Amino acid sequence: MTTTLAPSSADDPLAYRPVALVDLLDRVLAAGVVVTGDITLAIAGVDLVRISLRALIASVGALTPPELREAVGPGPEGPVAGGGQGGA
Amino acid sequence: MSATAEPPTGARPAAPGAAVGCWLHGVVRSAGPAVLAGITGMDGGPVRAVPGAGLVAVVSAAPLAEYGEEPLRRNLEDLAWLERAARTHHEVVAALSRAGAVVPTRLATVYHDSDGVARLLAERAAGLAATLDRLTDRTEWGVKGYVGPDAAARAASGGARGGTAVGGAGAAYLRRRRAELTARDEGQRAAAEAAATVHEALAGYAVAAHRHAPQDRRLSGAPTAMVLNGAYLVDTAALSGFTALVAALAGRHPEVRLELTGPWPAYSFAEERPPEPARTLREAAR
Repeated sequence: MTTTLAPSSADDPLAYRPVALVDLLDRVLAAGVVVTGDITLAIAGVDLVRISLRALIASVGALTPPELREAVGPGPEGPVAGGGQGGA
Repeated sequence: MSATAEPPTGARPAAPGAAVGCWLHGVVRSAGPAVLAGITGMDGGPVRAVPGAGLVAVVSAAPLAEYGEEPLRRNLEDLAWLERAARTHHEVVAALSRAGAVVPTRLATVYHDSDGVARLLAERAAGLAATLDRLTDRTEWGVKGYVGPDAAARAASGGARGGTAVGGAGAAYLRRRRAELTARDEGQRAAAEAAATVHEALAGYAVAAHRHAPQDRRLSGAPTAMVLNGAYLVDTAALSGFTALVAALAGRHPEVRLELTGPWPAYSFAEERPPEPARTLREAAR
């Protein structure tokens, strides 16, 4: 009973794609039920997202020189909720 | 690069006294042995059911040498570890959701033992059962919106027009640059407005809606900025109407390029949330 969107033509905006890590992390790090109790790592969701994204951005940033990032212009800076976004 | 990062092969002989925690994947109403047997948990091991209060928590064995507080904190910053954990957790949750409603747990929820998991079920049984009811026969769909190619083309042509004006090379460059920036800002604003309209329409059709923060372009890999990162809880029976609506909205709003992902287990709707004041959420465009 898997609901699958039928793969569509190349110019279709609804083209089906496999699960991208960044979409997955939006959900498993920033969503999902948060429980308490006798858990090993009780840190706030935002912290979890931040430390993990630090790993992500560091890995991506290592491949992209800063001047190239500047050239593509100021996009929405990151799924990081809350403060800590460096201003220019 | 570290030996601990290697996926273990087969059964790991637990050292005497080595503590093993429980990685909690999610909570379901019931999980038959046949369903669980087909699922691979963390580190390639099996998953098992921890029953309690009429519900079932599905967990993987999580040796605390890897999943205890300190190692977990460290591992979450290791992209290879993070990706493997996220994908494994997701595969478990997705397999459960194919069999019925599941309340997925946020990544890296590790209990010291199964007693802790059973206590959780006992304490939150009513809320979890209500959430399972709410998610039954529904799936989550993602709709991402990027600044559309139209807007990008406008920016380019605006720049070209600026370049034909009279004046010195430096002045022409500045005019062209200013025109490019203006056109880009306009494209961004138009796309952001379209994104709000699209979200409102989809939220009106869906059972529930949530806007995630837009993804950084370095992570999305998209050529243009993201202006919508929406999640929508849709009745399985109403799915074709939803996808048709997405297609219609994509046609009506060329200033934003839409991308549909799913079906997802209902990660974005696992928590009880107040109704979404979507328009007041952080917008991508400034």
